[in-house]
Amino acid sequence: MTTSAFEYHAPSSAGEAVELLAQHGDGAKILAGGHSLIPLMKTRLARPDVIIDLGKVQGMSYVRDEKGGLAIGAMTTYYQLESSDLVQSRAPALSDAASVVADPQVRNMGTIGGSLAHSDPAADLPAVVIALRASIITSSSGEHRTIEADDLFVDLLTTSLRSDEILSEVRIPAPAEGSGSAYVKFANKASHFAIVGVAASVTLGSDGSCQDVSIGVTGAGASATRAAAAETALKGRKADDDAIRGAAAEAAAGIDFNDDVHASGAYREHLTKVFTERALKAAVARAR
Amino acid sequence: MGRSVSITVNGTTHQNDIEPRTLLSTYIREILNLTGTHIGCDTSNCGACTVILNGSAVKSCTLFAVQADGGEVTTIEGLAKNGELHPLQEGFWEKHGLQCGFCTPGMILAASDLLNRNPNPTEQEIRRGISGNLCRCTGYQNIVKAIQYAAGDRS
Repeated sequence: MTTSAFEYHAPSSAGEAVELLAQHGDGAKILAGGHSLIPLMKTRLARPDVIIDLGKVQGMSYVRDEKGGLAIGAMTTYYQLESSDLVQSRAPALSDAASVVADPQVRNMGTIGGSLAHSDPAADLPAVVIALRASIITSSSGEHRTIEADDLFVDLLTTSLRSDEILSEVRIPAPAEGSGSAYVKFANKASHFAIVGVAASVTLGSDGSCQDVSIGVTGAGASATRAAAAETALKGRKADDDAIRGAAAEAAAGIDFNDDVHASGAYREHLTKVFTERALKAAVARAR
Repeated sequence: MGRSVSITVNGTTHQNDIEPRTLLSTYIREILNLTGTHIGCDTSNCGACTVILNGSAVKSCTLFAVQADGGEVTTIEGLAKNGELHPLQEGFWEKHGLQCGFCTPGMILAASDLLNRNPNPTEQEIRRGISGNLCRCTGYQNIVKAIQYAAGDRS
């Protein structure tokens, strides 16, 4: 399949990329790893006039310490994330998710920035950045902006990024003492996309009570979302199996479930509860 | 609207003027006439189009050739050296790792990325390593054995 024709730019610096974006505006698309954008272009669901390829920009691919947490460059690939000891120790849910995206070839190309900027309803990483309360740093001509993960995903393939902004970095806060996180999903057998995926992060007190809990759900609705009712149900309680099961039963609240050839809405609702329970149990096991 | 690219494929550097929308798979097959790289699904599911780009296995149907500008590509044609089969090619020969052969170039290149990163994989790691490649003859058992053979298990 051939995409529609486009004008191609391969800037060598982030500054140059931002200027090109300012100049071309709505008709331009940023190309990162291309594994979300190119399939859309091949089916002509996307027909950008201009492509700005970040592949030749130096210094956008890194995982480094940021005040005990992580700063991750937007062009960091899934493979770099899944093989990073720093990600494994500070954000295990991100490590889990990066290692189950599609397959090895896709993980060699696909990037964290591309995935988040795309807001595919079945992508894995959006659930994780919600659960880990990540901040998204953007760059546009002469300024930077911070978007909280909860505010990034607006709707199907729609984010709160402006058309003149490049998603440049993802920041994950330092994990609290006694915390653990995990990501689990029910994957489509062919594409390995999440039919439903759930990321959970919990912080346990010395008495085993749940002091903090954060849950992100992907695949269920039009875009990734927070399972706020499940969090409220667990917070302050002893994080045992009964409490976790009770909280997971609330995970579907407020979600308008996708209903398609891969799974009915009712099945996705069931999966959301089951996988919230599994994600919480795995996060609690790591927190102990 | 041509764009000049310089791409090294199997050790030979090629300079071409191409349309930016040319896929890497199209570039390899139709401009360089290296037809060992197969196009199966054309949707980055099947892995038949897998090549090595700058040391990593990628699906060439989901890359624009301009993204590989200045890079190094290895296709199935570039694996044998001086008439000697690559250990993976030998493994697929010895263990009957192919039936119709359509998926084989992609399987071998995905396996070469796996063995570069993990020279002694377990069976489960091999299956995970080729999870981006489909064999519609379902000949996975012998593909796994072929990769084990290349990893040094000549039993």
